[in-house]
Amino acid sequence: MKKEQDFYQRLEQKGVSRRDFMKYCTVLTATMGLSASYVPAVAEVFAAPKQRPPVIWLHFGECTGCSEGFLRSMYPWIDELLIDILDVEYHETIMAAAGHQAEENRERAVEKYAGKFICVVEGAIATKYNGAYGKIGGKTFLEIAKSVCPKAAAVISIGTCAAFGGVQAAAPNPGGYKGVSDALGIKAINIPGCPPNPVNLVGTIVNYLLLGKLPAMDNLNRPMFAYGKTIHDQCPRRSHFENDEFVEEFGSEEAKLGYCLYKLGCRGPETYNNCPIVKFHGGTSWPIQAGHPCIGCSEPDFWDKMTPFYEEM
Amino acid sequence: MGKRIIVDPITRIEGHLRIEVEVEGGKVKNAWSSGQMFRGIEMILKGRDPRDAPHFVQRSCGVCTYTHALSSVRAVEAAVGVRIPDNARIIRNLLHGAQFQHDHIVHFYHLHALDWVDVISALKADPAKTAKISENISNAPWGGTAYYRDVQQRIRTFADSGQLGPFNNAYWGHPAYKLPPEENLMAVAHYLEALRLQAKAVKMHAIFGGKNPHLQSLAVGGITSVRDLVPDRIFQFLHIWKETQKFIRDVYIPDLLMVASFYKDWGAIGGTSNFLCWGDLPTGDKEPESLMLPRGIIKNRKIGDVKMAYQEKVAEHIRHAWYKKDEPRHPFEGKTEPLEEEVRYEPGGERKLFFGQTKTGKYSWLKAPRYEGEPCEVGPLARVLVAYGKGDKTFKAVVTDTLSKLNVPVDALFSTLGRTAARGLETLVIGNAMEGWIMELVENVRNGDTKTYESWKMPDKGMGYGLNDVARGALGHWIEIEDKKIKNYQYVVPSTWNLGPRCEAGKLGPVEQALIGTPVADPEKPVEVLRTVHSFDPCIACAVHMIDPDSNEVYKIRVV
Repeated sequence: MKKEQDFYQRLEQKGVSRRDFMKYCTVLTATMGLSASYVPAVAEVFAAPKQRPPVIWLHFGECTGCSEGFLRSMYPWIDELLIDILDVEYHETIMAAAGHQAEENRERAVEKYAGKFICVVEGAIATKYNGAYGKIGGKTFLEIAKSVCPKAAAVISIGTCAAFGGVQAAAPNPGGYKGVSDALGIKAINIPGCPPNPVNLVGTIVNYLLLGKLPAMDNLNRPMFAYGKTIHDQCPRRSHFENDEFVEEFGSEEAKLGYCLYKLGCRGPETYNNCPIVKFHGGTSWPIQAGHPCIGCSEPDFWDKMTPFYEEM
Repeated sequence: MGKRIIVDPITRIEGHLRIEVEVEGGKVKNAWSSGQMFRGIEMILKGRDPRDAPHFVQRSCGVCTYTHALSSVRAVEAAVGVRIPDNARIIRNLLHGAQFQHDHIVHFYHLHALDWVDVISALKADPAKTAKISENISNAPWGGTAYYRDVQQRIRTFADSGQLGPFNNAYWGHPAYKLPPEENLMAVAHYLEALRLQAKAVKMHAIFGGKNPHLQSLAVGGITSVRDLVPDRIFQFLHIWKETQKFIRDVYIPDLLMVASFYKDWGAIGGTSNFLCWGDLPTGDKEPESLMLPRGIIKNRKIGDVKMAYQEKVAEHIRHAWYKKDEPRHPFEGKTEPLEEEVRYEPGGERKLFFGQTKTGKYSWLKAPRYEGEPCEVGPLARVLVAYGKGDKTFKAVVTDTLSKLNVPVDALFSTLGRTAARGLETLVIGNAMEGWIMELVENVRNGDTKTYESWKMPDKGMGYGLNDVARGALGHWIEIEDKKIKNYQYVVPSTWNLGPRCEAGKLGPVEQALIGTPVADPEKPVEVLRTVHSFDPCIACAVHMIDPDSNEVYKIRVV
């Protein structure tokens, strides 16, 4: 209780009222597809964690875009995630330690929190020549993944690379890159997107912390609360599609009117994600709002299956 | 033979980098820089639709997001011969400016600061004293004893929990940390504030780019976010720009000067010799004349003698990289075949092997780009030096002002400290210029000009390139189109310039050269090595450069 009071006091100092905070928790609860009765419980997760849940975040064949996306989290703020809510034991982009001290942190955390830590994996795993095309500290991605992932309470593949192989796995896939589940023969939770909206990662983690289990998933192991519907079915431009009102060239009168982008190659009908509803950066925008067709970035093998991007489906 | 130190992983960077140094008499005597991952995006691009290239190459890096898409879209535009409308030029510049602001703030606070700032020492600070210091040096919109006490309490709770997370097992308490506890506390507070600020700043990218990372509004011929070219969206952009620039002016720059004042000895450590810029931020149609960040090259630290830089003079060397034997080549004559079975991984083998001792002499997935045979540093320091050397009034003013505030000579720029300072100064200059661009956009809209896209047709054949300067330095993308498909695509990237290995002639790459002479007090805790490496803001995923193995003809390219 004392901790909770401290928490709200801190929020107040940051100019966030308790009311705003509860509003956020309501949004997150709704995003996760839980009933309103869970709102206080969601608030509890942020306000007074007894022990911050340990997270080991691994980077393999990736561009760090998913980490950058995570850093953009505004609900809750990224500093709160790092300092007050989670215990990020290993994350190469932000951790202070380097070299063998960094490796020690990883190994120690795996040991200390065996069966309890959340393992977030960013990036695909190189498999050709025994994994030779990707190494950290002299060990291959493959070797590190095999030593960490099986000991986690849950493995979350953040982003399309970790989920399905991503850009480096596009034909001809020179390094033999594979997604985490595929490379290790495990069933990771997939939060695809290039990069995914941080809300979908936070929602999944909160779901886990709150209910002690993972959210409901689809056949590609994606949380249904985020990936249950197509972009097309939630698109604010949908009525233009029904009325045969299409943009045929960027910058045209039709583009200015916000007509449907289907004829410019929009992959919304084939892509499952919540971008139109959640949007990015506190609801600022998302690709279709910025006048660009969806490229299907959360679907498996989109770099091969959804291209050429600008040709009608 | 001195003591060998391997730092792998180098953390707080993008990508997988391994640094090996040999220390003798408390100083670095020799150094090797190695990229540890190979993906091969250029091989993947072959045979695809040229319009898709910007999306693929943007995924080179999510930290340098936007920059590759921009270079790529410019290269394709040059190849197909389309000239984008004025609004598209301005919006692209605004997105680029926002990228500089955001990227440099994140680098200074979240990737670099912990090399200079001791987080744990902040627990010993007197918050009242910190509040006074803060009032004296920064114009931060927050502060006061209560505020700093709160930050300290937050860190204490965190430390007392026994879960130090990202701050665990670092070099805290190392004698190379020079800031008093009070200054450390201020820096830690700003580290946290900057985390929040950067999340807000990227809304600029969302407004005209849909999202960040990996913006989705650039198209060959212009930009797609025409519905955002309206007063309320422009003013939303202006509002976020203001807050971001205020932070840069009132917090970032004062913090930079405060930290620098305790580390003046680093003004003589970590320097290199040659500096290359392609330039960027076009203020009109003419290139390179209209570039706000000028194009040029400086050799042997002769600031007063800036020469024009030409892409024809670039060659990439692979003598020390994991590719099959080949001579140095211009990117357009490039030929690359990554080693295959030879690099097969044997568990444990690599860990015992020092690069300086490998039989083949090969030790990195990065190539070694050279300009007229010379290694060149690229990035903020190169840009500031070239602009300063060319007599650019704005840059000259901020550089002179900073040097006099720190009471150090011009030569102090050739250093780790100079590199870090230059990054802050260019953020200030570029950020300041953005307001004018926003107003230009407003003026165009006021005059009824909302053109954002120029029609064009895909030719059967075409070639072009885009030369840019992005957060980490000089960047070039080259494309050749045949049968409306990508025949050949390649890019030479800032971190390849800065962090590449030795070349054919055995000349060290810039980071290797910069590390020589760096003091190392405790080989177990080489915080000094991290300082110099981080000052280059490495991005290794970008840097592993791959050329289409089948193109080895020489040709001229059309300069648009």
